[in-house]
Amino acid sequence: MFSSLRSLWIAFLHMFHKRETIQYPEEKPKLHPRYRGRIVLTRDPDGGERCVACYLCAAACPVDCIALQATEDQTGRRYPEFFRINFSRCIFCGFCEEACPTYAIQLTPDFEMSEYKRQNLVYEKEDLLISGEGKYHGYNFYKVAGLAIGGKDKGQAENEEPPVDIRSLLP
Amino acid sequence: MSQTLQSLLIVAGVLFVMLTLAALLIWVERRMLALWQDRYGPNRVGPFGLLQSIADMIKIFFKEDWIPPFADKTVFIIAPAIVVITVLMSFAVIPFAPGIHVIDLNIGILFFLGMSSLGAYSIVLGGWSSNNKYSLLGALRGSAQMITYEVFMGISLMGVVMLTGSFSLVDIVNAQQKMWFVVPQILGFVIFLIAGIAETHRLPFDIPEAESELIAGFHSEYSGMKFGMFFVGEYLGVTLVSALITTLFFGGWLGPSFLPGVVWFFLKTFVFILFFVLLRAGLPRPRYDQLMEYGWKFLLPLSLLNLLITGAVVLYFKQ
Repeated sequence: MFSSLRSLWIAFLHMFHKRETIQYPEEKPKLHPRYRGRIVLTRDPDGGERCVACYLCAAACPVDCIALQATEDQTGRRYPEFFRINFSRCIFCGFCEEACPTYAIQLTPDFEMSEYKRQNLVYEKEDLLISGEGKYHGYNFYKVAGLAIGGKDKGQAENEEPPVDIRSLLP
Repeated sequence: MSQTLQSLLIVAGVLFVMLTLAALLIWVERRMLALWQDRYGPNRVGPFGLLQSIADMIKIFFKEDWIPPFADKTVFIIAPAIVVITVLMSFAVIPFAPGIHVIDLNIGILFFLGMSSLGAYSIVLGGWSSNNKYSLLGALRGSAQMITYEVFMGISLMGVVMLTGSFSLVDIVNAQQKMWFVVPQILGFVIFLIAGIAETHRLPFDIPEAESELIAGFHSEYSGMKFGMFFVGEYLGVTLVSALITTLFFGGWLGPSFLPGVVWFFLKTFVFILFFVLLRAGLPRPRYDQLMEYGWKFLLPLSLLNLLITGAVVLYFKQ
């Protein structure tokens, strides 16, 4: 009986507490830098696309909302011919970001992407690509990878030694 | 002739005020509940969200009014009407201010008790005609709960009746000129309050419609305006019990004369309505058997004791 009255009194005192509600359209919630919102495709420091179209994000996606097609340019560099994310399916789990080996796909602290037409929620590559580097600065996959592409041969990547001829006896 | 006209006007006024109040209480409850849970509640529609109840009304009117094919159609339709009718009938005996009452029955309290007993039918019939196990369970619990709490609801009021010597609510209010009955009848007041919560099956005693156990209990199958009737009936019930507490224990329209009697009456009633909302915000629901045990083993003896003591004291001072 006493505990009931006490809990009533405590509930009553909550009248004078601070409200928890954020009055959304007027007052925006504070989103942290690692908030998992709208997905973007980032560029490397030189302005090229980071995405190498490895399909790992599409494979990791639990709801299959990522579709892409790989292709190569004349230098042998892989990039997606098209890259499509259906945001009406996306659950913003961030698995694609975890799977991405080149920091290309990233989730941003933005959730205000409502549309009147469902079709408008399908984002193409032009919609996804941003001009910046996102959360990871100074990283360029083709600069560190040992893969030879046009303009960069074996052994020319950062921190990479020139290839050794293992059949030669000379030091 | 003018006497008849006046009564008709009062009837229409009471009906209008009560139904508006019931609709408005939906908003009041949501705002107050939010206040006690560190939220704001509906504050978008109109000033302070006041038009929220109108939006709710529009929504509930335009909802599909669906009768499940397995339900007993006639009873299914009648059940929600019963609760509103019985509660509105009870308002007939309540004196809002000197002269402003629909009828001054000399058996006022008995009339109220009878009407609230009839209200149990709405739960039983609604739950039974839905032909659904959850509804039936809710109805079963509801009927048991209401019959149980009916018993000592009546008994707890007998102390007031003894002190006044009349069943008429106008006489009861007039007898409180010197002292509100809450002082000599504090035990009766507490018991009536608890029984009143159980009668209107509000939280924490919302056993017949316990959402977490029975979906929505006896009104699981109801939708649209039929559900709305149960809803309005519940809020009318809350208003009725609050008004009765005011009339019986807190001097009805009596109060310092700088405000008219009606205002005093509605102020006091509103305080108790807010208390009902606070109960919902603060207390968890007891188990079904705990509720019944509490009623029969604790409140019934207590109310009988109250009756006995009051009777003895009244008899002593009469000699």
